Amino acid sequence: MTVPAEKGARAAGRTRHDGPRRTRDSYALFLLPGVIAFLLVVVGPFLMNTGVSFTEWQGIGTPRWTGLANYRELLDDSEFWASFRHSLFMVVAMAAVPTAIGLVLAAALFDYVAKHVGARAAAVLRACFYLPQVLPIAVAGIVWSWILAPDDGSLNALLGAVGLGSWQQDWLGDPDLALYSVMAVMVWVQIGFPLVVFMAGLQRVDPQLYEAAEMDGAGWWRRFWHITLPQIRPETYVVLTWCTIAALKVFGAVYVLTKGGPGGATDVPSYFSFATFFEKTQVGYGAAISTVLTVIILALSLVGLRLQTRAEDTAEGARA
Amino acid sequence: MTTALRRYPVLAALCLAALFMVVPFLIVVLNAVKSPAEYAANGPLSLPEGLYLDGIEDFWNRVDYGTKLVNSVLISGSVAVLAAALSVLNAYAIGIGRIRGRAWVLAFFVLANMLPQEALVYPVYYLSKQVGLYDTRLSVIIVFTVIQAAFGTYLLSSVLGQFPREIIEAARIDGAGRWQILWRIVVPVSRPTLGVLLVFFFIWTWNEFLLPLVMLISNDNQTVSVALGVLQGQRLMDATMTNAAALLGVLPALVFFLVFQRTLTRGIAVGAVK
Repeated sequence: MTVPAEKGARAAGRTRHDGPRRTRDSYALFLLPGVIAFLLVVVGPFLMNTGVSFTEWQGIGTPRWTGLANYRELLDDSEFWASFRHSLFMVVAMAAVPTAIGLVLAAALFDYVAKHVGARAAAVLRACFYLPQVLPIAVAGIVWSWILAPDDGSLNALLGAVGLGSWQQDWLGDPDLALYSVMAVMVWVQIGFPLVVFMAGLQRVDPQLYEAAEMDGAGWWRRFWHITLPQIRPETYVVLTWCTIAALKVFGAVYVLTKGGPGGATDVPSYFSFATFFEKTQVGYGAAISTVLTVIILALSLVGLRLQTRAEDTAEGARA
Repeated sequence: MTTALRRYPVLAALCLAALFMVVPFLIVVLNAVKSPAEYAANGPLSLPEGLYLDGIEDFWNRVDYGTKLVNSVLISGSVAVLAAALSVLNAYAIGIGRIRGRAWVLAFFVLANMLPQEALVYPVYYLSKQVGLYDTRLSVIIVFTVIQAAFGTYLLSSVLGQFPREIIEAARIDGAGRWQILWRIVVPVSRPTLGVLLVFFFIWTWNEFLLPLVMLISNDNQTVSVALGVLQGQRLMDATMTNAAALLGVLPALVFFLVFQRTLTRGIAVGAVK
């Protein structure tokens, strides 16, 4: 019934050639406020930042054009390389580890707790894991820098109480340890996000797949490996992309926990650019750092989007 | 027998992991109600002997926490409403109007959403000084309205792209204009998604740190996040005060979490799988 009606409508559209086009274009008016706001708040400042990265500027007076000098300086700046190396550690702590743990946790909660203990229990456990995600990062930083404090922090007190006093450390003040401590905090902060996304994704997997595999005698790990993982691959790419970008942008946690210290041991690009902008007031140099960061993030976003679309296509193909 | 044996270790391990997630919150609550003397004597792990609330009251008055809360609510609330409105307008043109080049427009919003704030922060700081908006709550509201609307446009456009066209056609035949269709039909029908967006925008803005840190320097304008982060950065707080700060920072988040739990988890699913 609907097919002829649609055909008719399309034919009518073809005959009134001007009609649909005029309709379409006046919808563009609704886009006007958004586009103007974006040009003013995002595009303009972004272009200005990129432009400034080719100059030497203290934030007052006229910027002096220096071409690629800032970028050449970056290549020789060990602080810059260190900050990006720390970014890789942050990607491990905020993307790789939470995604891996999140997959196992989601499968365990969905496939195990929800089925054998009850959906209620699974929801409560999920809420516990998600809780740190709604906490402002500044507050999470306060909580953890106090727990990890050297003298009266809870972690050292706990270690002392159970007779492991020799394990006590200045968790955030020791240059060899600080980065790992920040990483541990970030895993705690981040883990709820993949978990919740994966649990939602698992709900669209056909339960018959699991039943069939179970009848064939596949154990939990084999079902996890051969059904769960391939079925929620699109979600996995989304989560990995989002978390990697979040890891590259991490700022608040570093500001509150360590201020990039001790001795630059936890410096990351966003903190480095912030300090260069507002503490050293080398605005041109700071702009160059943030431009490099932007290019990396945009490139990663594009790769992530591509992987996601491809995974969705194959997942749909497999299900069809 | 074997299944029962196998069930309990897994469940126990999960509960232990969940406990580890929640323990920092418990420790904060435990220590925020101890007096400094008690804390010095018994350390952070003991149960409190009584309810000592002077630390919290002290902290509240010292940082003028009430003002910070009002600022945070004002900024986050305005951003949530304005960004949702802007997202609806954008998505109406893209998802229902199907304007030409909509794929490019959408890609533009997605990329704008991905941009790191580090690449905007200095020009925004500099330009807002030029136009006299520096250190005003309005400047933060404007910037975050636009940044959050980028995500909202992306999400709503795909939702409105699925909008049943017969409904719109029927309304048009009845003589409804574009504004009427938007306001009387599209907005009411997409209320669930809009609810999710409002919640997201509110919490995201509440938790924002870098831009408010740069833009809001006077005490009267600061948000909860910025005030607490700056205090922590100065390393001037003793243990009781730190815990009072942490508790007062955690409480609003807990309230949001309990009120919005369902919306939030449902919303993340919506956002992830387009």
